[in-house]
Amino acid sequence: MDTIITSKILLTSALPMLTALLIMFSGKRPNLRESWSIIGAILTFLSVLSLLPHILAGGSYEFTLATLYPGVNIKFHLDALGILFAGTASFLWILAGFYCIGYMRGLDEHAQTRFYVCYAVAVGAAMGAAFAGSLFTLYLFYEIVSIFTYPLVAHHQDAEGYAGAKKYIVYLMFTSKAFLLPAMVIIYTQCGTLDFCYTGILNGIFPAGANHTLVVVSYLLCLFGFAKAGIMPLHNWLPSAMVAPTPVSALLHAVVVVKVGVFSICRVMLSVFGVQMLQNLNLGIITAYFVSFTIITASIIALSKSNLKARLAYSTISQLSYIILGVAMLTPSGITGGLIHIANHAFSKITLFFCAGAIFVATGKKDIKEMGGLGYRMPITMIAFGIASLSMIGVPPSCGFVTKWFLALGAMELKSVGLLVVLLASSLLNAGYFVPVFLKAFFGKPVAAEAGLTGTLENKPLILFMVVPLLITAIISLAIGIYPDLFLNIIHVMVGA
Amino acid sequence: MHMEKYLILNTLSYPVLSLIMLVPLVGALLSLLIKNDTYLKIFGLLVTLVTLVLSLPLYTCFDLHTAKYQFVELRHWFPLLKLHYVVGVDGISVLLVLLTTIIMPFCILCSWNYIKKRMGEFIFVTLVMETAMIGVFISLNMVLFYIFWEAMLIPMFLLIAVWGGARKDYASIKFFLYTLCGSIFLLVAIVALYIKTGTFFIPELMDHQFSFAYQVWIFLACALAFAIKIPMYPLHTWLPAAHVEAPTAGSVILASILLKMGGYGFLRFCLPMAPAATMYFMPYMIALSLISIIFGGYLALGQTDIKKLIAYSSVGHMGFVTLGIFLINDQGLKGAILQMINHGITTGGLFIMVGMIYERTHSREIADNSALGMMIPIYVTFLGIFCLSSLAFPGTNSFVGEFLVLFGAFKKNVVVGFLAIPGAILAAAYMLRLLQRMVWHDSDGHAHHHDDAADAAHGHKITDLNLREITMVVVLAVFVFWIGFYPTPLLKVMDASVTHLLHQIAAGGTPVPAAPHEGHHALLEIGNWLKQVVAF
Repeated sequence: MDTIITSKILLTSALPMLTALLIMFSGKRPNLRESWSIIGAILTFLSVLSLLPHILAGGSYEFTLATLYPGVNIKFHLDALGILFAGTASFLWILAGFYCIGYMRGLDEHAQTRFYVCYAVAVGAAMGAAFAGSLFTLYLFYEIVSIFTYPLVAHHQDAEGYAGAKKYIVYLMFTSKAFLLPAMVIIYTQCGTLDFCYTGILNGIFPAGANHTLVVVSYLLCLFGFAKAGIMPLHNWLPSAMVAPTPVSALLHAVVVVKVGVFSICRVMLSVFGVQMLQNLNLGIITAYFVSFTIITASIIALSKSNLKARLAYSTISQLSYIILGVAMLTPSGITGGLIHIANHAFSKITLFFCAGAIFVATGKKDIKEMGGLGYRMPITMIAFGIASLSMIGVPPSCGFVTKWFLALGAMELKSVGLLVVLLASSLLNAGYFVPVFLKAFFGKPVAAEAGLTGTLENKPLILFMVVPLLITAIISLAIGIYPDLFLNIIHVMVGA
Repeated sequence: MHMEKYLILNTLSYPVLSLIMLVPLVGALLSLLIKNDTYLKIFGLLVTLVTLVLSLPLYTCFDLHTAKYQFVELRHWFPLLKLHYVVGVDGISVLLVLLTTIIMPFCILCSWNYIKKRMGEFIFVTLVMETAMIGVFISLNMVLFYIFWEAMLIPMFLLIAVWGGARKDYASIKFFLYTLCGSIFLLVAIVALYIKTGTFFIPELMDHQFSFAYQVWIFLACALAFAIKIPMYPLHTWLPAAHVEAPTAGSVILASILLKMGGYGFLRFCLPMAPAATMYFMPYMIALSLISIIFGGYLALGQTDIKKLIAYSSVGHMGFVTLGIFLINDQGLKGAILQMINHGITTGGLFIMVGMIYERTHSREIADNSALGMMIPIYVTFLGIFCLSSLAFPGTNSFVGEFLVLFGAFKKNVVVGFLAIPGAILAAAYMLRLLQRMVWHDSDGHAHHHDDAADAAHGHKITDLNLREITMVVVLAVFVFWIGFYPTPLLKVMDASVTHLLHQIAAGGTPVPAAPHEGHHALLEIGNWLKQVVAF
């Protein structure tokens, strides 16, 4: 199918930026401000949706905005991988937009205008990264995400907030300057261009005679440079960033920020290095085992955390590496399993974070130990939590099962018992840290102070702003497990091409 | 005359180069007639703006396809010594001339309320400074160059010594002595070149083939002057002192334009006139550049004074410039020249921002200027833009320059490339640290929620930028993003000249093994000549 050259694709990343401006100028009127946020989110999602049919038919969109130097372009190229990420993120922004209203008003947070502005810009930059058509464009938007999420992490402006935000920005800026920048320059010296390869995932942009040492070095630099993906040992910013308000953790640290990192790594593997090059140099299987370490270790750490958000953070670190694991298998099933987890993990993990935030606003509780009997006071929330947990563990018919299925297929295609063991062990560990939360909520005893309290907490209007979105995402987690065809079709376009 | 092969005479209807050089000087003289401070400021601004407008044809009418000197004016001056008044620009100097004419109106604007005494003298000195700086960039004659080079010294000295801060005497003397030391060696080199070739005409000197040992001496003499000016480790120590004590306008002139003279000197003298010596000294100059990059960044990290921080950051940034220059490849040179322009805009912008906050809080300490985010959002927005530009954030001007220099470095040698990376990391570290403290943290070091009550308790009510200030920073920010997204016009301007420069080096730059004894001849020659001078 053909590539359509159109500036229309700029709209998707421009809309959130425009939203941010409108939010900035209506800071004094909260209702208007939050309406802009919702309207912007809906329009952004629609703009992505309008591009979907052509992508599903195997086509792509392209637009070059500026050329800095021959081969260094600000270029947008939308293909199946990009639209998978952009569609998921923009859809979840709508739900998160409603959720934010409930959360921020429920807690009467300060500096809400700044919060909404940065939120919108971060989503817009993520859209830009999804639409990026060159490594430089990807880097540009990756960095914008880093800068504009700093105010969100530091939102509370207390000692803890500053410490967490400092760690956040130090990790992200250090890795991008120390690893990504040289990687980009090396790739440019080898290839003479930073544009992605647009003809399928087999070939990268490296010429036949490229220096193998430099290819390996630049690959490793990319792998560590995109520290937003949370691969150990550069994962530590993510738990620290949990000091942010929960909507930030939910949308940004389960969907936008971390996924920009993972998406970037997938993009670089598939569109810069290419499957063949990675196979020839055995980089795929090395990466797969390397991230396996993250999968297992992060899960074990998650077991030890009793703060719900901390446990979710380590779960995120572990789950993100599934995506890279799948792509690193470099087999059709493996890549499918990895890429579909971008969407699956997004829906499930945002549900979990939404639940954690709703619990905090309704009861002020952060620790799992205090959540005994909560299932009877917040039944919808805890049932949604249960569904999303099952998805994380990979129980059918939830969407997490689809991921595990394809990943297991991929491991079998590689005839790798080691990776199968990793998948199995990590599923058990996932069950180990999610099931107790659920059990505690429904079968545990309430803390002494709340012994006599009954009645639902989910009937207040502001709480409903949070409960309805999390119910929707939980239902979607099930729906795309039962009917994964839409995402599979999109990925098929990418993998099959 | 035989000179014509290097030149394209000015075809504009007016002598553009002489005019932009003389307008500020005439303006300076006329300013002596004005007594009222407000009129003086307006007059000074008008003069710099007229100069800017007059200089614009240099860009619009510039011939991109030739490396010859353009807009040339040639007059007999002192025929006996073959001394001509000859001015012209090529793709390298035209950008620096434009940078000068663009930055100068900002120097007047940022002094609007900052300069409280001797306004007449201030305008006079600033305009004389502009003449001298433009003169340096357009001179194609060694003597003319040297006159302007030295002429910059006094006004700059006065800017620091009269309108400077608490330690202005120390800083101005230090600046004066350092620069003068360098200039003396430059003068020796100029005289030595004349004795050897019988001409002061720069393009002719570039074409002359000197022996390797002679080149070594020429290179060393010139490089010392330029390494002090740019400044390069370990000759950088005058810079922080001068920057901290200078008034805002002085800092802007220093950072934006004066430092560029060092880089310009390397490109105009060292590289083309002593190509073999350049190749010989290349590893050492690269090593010194890398040390400057890392050392400057490291020192910037520890500063508590905002101006000092930016001063040390300049050492690091100019390290990237010298690194690019001495990589001797297309990307390195273009990156270096672009980085000179970028540094002029970004660091000029940063110093203007510091001046603005100093006018409000009367302190340059980071601790006294913290937690500004909620109080003056417009200021903080622009501070953020210039800080991000300074750390080479993608989409800003510095990124393009740094990327090109790094590209040149990795192309030359992967190790050199990787050694420059810590500089980029440090730049991010100190700029984000500055930004974090100024925007977020509270002055007493304790972070806390900000609200109006806390601001009131803070003691002073700080006002946000006014229209004059917003105009300044908006214009500079436009340049930041324009070059960040579309540097092609600038790269095109320098393209032919850079290619020509590389040819010149390639033609005479095959690394000759050092001939140890020959060096003494050159030294002897200079020594003999000095004896004659003394005897005379």
